[in-house]
Amino acid sequence: MAFWRLGITGGFLAGAIWASLWQLLVCVALIIGSDVQIELQMGPAFITGIIMGVFATLYKPNNAKIYFLVGILLYALLLFLCSFGAPFGSLLTDNYWCMIVSLIIISSLSFISISLTVGSLNAGMVTKYFIEAFYSRLMWGLGLVFFILIVSIPFYVMVLTSLKNQQSLLRNPLDLSIDFSVAPEKLFNSYIELFVKYDFLTLLLNSAFVSVVTVFITLLFSIPGAYAVAKLRFPARQWLSSSILLIYLIPAIILVIPLYSVFSQLGLRNSLFGLCIVYPATTIPVALYMLKGYFSGLPSELDDAGLMDGLTRWQIILKISIPLSVPAIASVALYVFMIAWNEFLFAFMFLDDVKIFTLSRGIVSLDSTEVPRQHLMAAAVVATVPVLFIFLWFEKFLVSGLTSGSVKG
Amino acid sequence: METGKPKKTEGVIARREKRLALRLLSPTFLLVIAIVIFPLFANFWISFKPISLADLGAPTIFVKERIKGNLEQTGEKLVIEYRYRTSSMKYPLSNVSFSDILPDGVKLIQIDPPCAIETVSAKTVIKCELGAVEPKARGRIILDVMSEMPLTKEQFNVSEINTQFEATNILTSLDFSFSNYVKIFSASEFFEVLKTTIYYTFFGTAGALILGLFAAQIMQKAFPGRAIIRGILLFPYVAPVIAVAFSWVVLFDPFSGSVNAMMIELGVAEKPVNFFGQRFAMISLFGFQIKLPVALSMVILFEVWRYFPLSFLFILARMQSIPSDLYEAAEMDGATPFQQFWYLSLPHIVSILAVLFLLRFIWTFNKFDDIFLLTGGNAGTRTLTVNVYEQAFAVSNLGAGAAVAVVIFMFLLLFSILFIKFTPKDEA
Repeated sequence: MAFWRLGITGGFLAGAIWASLWQLLVCVALIIGSDVQIELQMGPAFITGIIMGVFATLYKPNNAKIYFLVGILLYALLLFLCSFGAPFGSLLTDNYWCMIVSLIIISSLSFISISLTVGSLNAGMVTKYFIEAFYSRLMWGLGLVFFILIVSIPFYVMVLTSLKNQQSLLRNPLDLSIDFSVAPEKLFNSYIELFVKYDFLTLLLNSAFVSVVTVFITLLFSIPGAYAVAKLRFPARQWLSSSILLIYLIPAIILVIPLYSVFSQLGLRNSLFGLCIVYPATTIPVALYMLKGYFSGLPSELDDAGLMDGLTRWQIILKISIPLSVPAIASVALYVFMIAWNEFLFAFMFLDDVKIFTLSRGIVSLDSTEVPRQHLMAAAVVATVPVLFIFLWFEKFLVSGLTSGSVKG
Repeated sequence: METGKPKKTEGVIARREKRLALRLLSPTFLLVIAIVIFPLFANFWISFKPISLADLGAPTIFVKERIKGNLEQTGEKLVIEYRYRTSSMKYPLSNVSFSDILPDGVKLIQIDPPCAIETVSAKTVIKCELGAVEPKARGRIILDVMSEMPLTKEQFNVSEINTQFEATNILTSLDFSFSNYVKIFSASEFFEVLKTTIYYTFFGTAGALILGLFAAQIMQKAFPGRAIIRGILLFPYVAPVIAVAFSWVVLFDPFSGSVNAMMIELGVAEKPVNFFGQRFAMISLFGFQIKLPVALSMVILFEVWRYFPLSFLFILARMQSIPSDLYEAAEMDGATPFQQFWYLSLPHIVSILAVLFLLRFIWTFNKFDDIFLLTGGNAGTRTLTVNVYEQAFAVSNLGAGAAVAVVIFMFLLLFSILFIKFTPKDEA
């Protein structure tokens, strides 16, 4: 008899894995997020998980709500008993509420994960289909937790470090909790210092200026260009639309030495104006390529009708093509804004004068031993928040923008 | 005749369209030629020239005036000394001259040969023709004058010294050499750099692609909160590189980083690991001693972390375009989830995977910011792109940096040819 074909093996596995994982994660979160003294105990969780996994394979819910409620309470009770009343190493008596809340969180997360993973799996012999479906559910859940963790941890550390002070950072690097009891001006000390001492408002404005000008110039150049490539017949049109992509494979690092030399001699180097020339040149091919795709999708009959009604091509672009492609133009604009805002190499090479630093350039200059780490992280937050805000606000546009043009990065 | 007429009008429209297309495209052409195509060729040009960063500042000639003697006494003999110096270290200046206005109340006694005296609008002007001035040269010119009334130093200094010269522009001069190429290819580290680049590019691309495939597989299933989580998964790519790179540096810091503290707390490591500063670490795995390149692996992990969202987005878009009745039919036929993936999803996404791999390969190969910000190219993480910066701006040898950039360009040309050859037509 092949034990791995038994449904109950799946229950064992799901219970053991999920219980251990959540026990580990919640305990680590407690260690770094609070000053409660706890001890990591995997044994009780392991045993509880296996028992609950078997439970989930044996009992299928008639009423989901009651089933989850009973399961979670059962899990909490079992974990409590298996660890002899001390699921986090010490007795529940000290830090009473914190422990109970943590216990409930662990129980809910573990039991919900286990029962969703086990799903329709029965305890006895099951077919290959159900076994594989079970494993794919297990992988799905683990994968989801994995991705959320790896993505959020660096951002979490970034925000948290920016709210700490030097002593607490060096004393205990593991203490990543936010102490809300201190005065706000102390909590946001790094931010205040950035704006007062390092004049980050100017940097923000410089970045915003360069990005907006870049978006504007890019659209101004690429909309007519894309229209021409998409709608007008001229020789070398095919050749042109494929060579745009090639232009856009040329990396900035190849261009930086000649541009640095020439711009130095022309006196354009240490100026925002110089950046406002270079950035559009790197973004126009992408924008043109993205808009070309969209414009070719618009029916040519519209243009013909416009021509019949006596519009010029310019009027057609302004009155027909642009209004019809607002979503595409918005996504291109956001994408270009993002590129310009995040750009590092040219800003780093070109700008010497603190007054005209963009955010990227300014943050690099903070990366020295004299500037404390929490200032650096606060600066990183300041640079990230506008982009993420715009991204979340216009996510639908941006995602379509990202997929239509950007294998670039 | 009748068939010719419509043809002719078509010709007019076609010609008009052609002209209009040119007009619409010309601003783009001009900008791209100026900022992309021209620098591309200029890069070749510079790579054959021995230029250093210091040569970029335009050479000039400095002239300083100095007065010796008692100025307050009348009838005193005074000495005016002009000291000149060139800032050019490599190239001679030609047709160098300078002129200065003498204050009223001095009479010339003796003058050095290259100088002559002129009267321009009732002022006495000394004009000195120095001719060619060798690089690094300095010298002086002495004038003896007699004062006819009491004078002050300010009267001498009030007139600015005008200098004129012609300099060969180092960028446009015509001397070429292969020394940059000889230098970069004979450096022992060049092949080390090449190897690092290939490791970084290959593993970075493959890792991001595999992780992206995995993420797409997960996000394909509908569940509550999927839209939010999809947004969060894109954060690493959307956030500024500078912010995420520094947060990794802080997270993995050997002294105040949380990861090291956690590893020590959990007993995984005995002492802090300098993740971005350590070249190698010996790790014993199943009794084998493995020499793990720590910093390089970290940089690759960062690359994978930062760019998997992009692959994820593309693969997800492709997966969602697969008609769902195919899956329903497969389900009816009893295909297991793995079989559904292997026989149904994978054939549909294999072409986008190929395109993504090639394009991402090129972009990872071109990547500069990430490594530069994480390690500065130290500890065995110097790729070709970082080497461009290192040669041109850290060692300040622009020519050698340009030569490395040319090597990069050659590789890119090779990749592009491969790309064009192997791209399925419908995906490009």
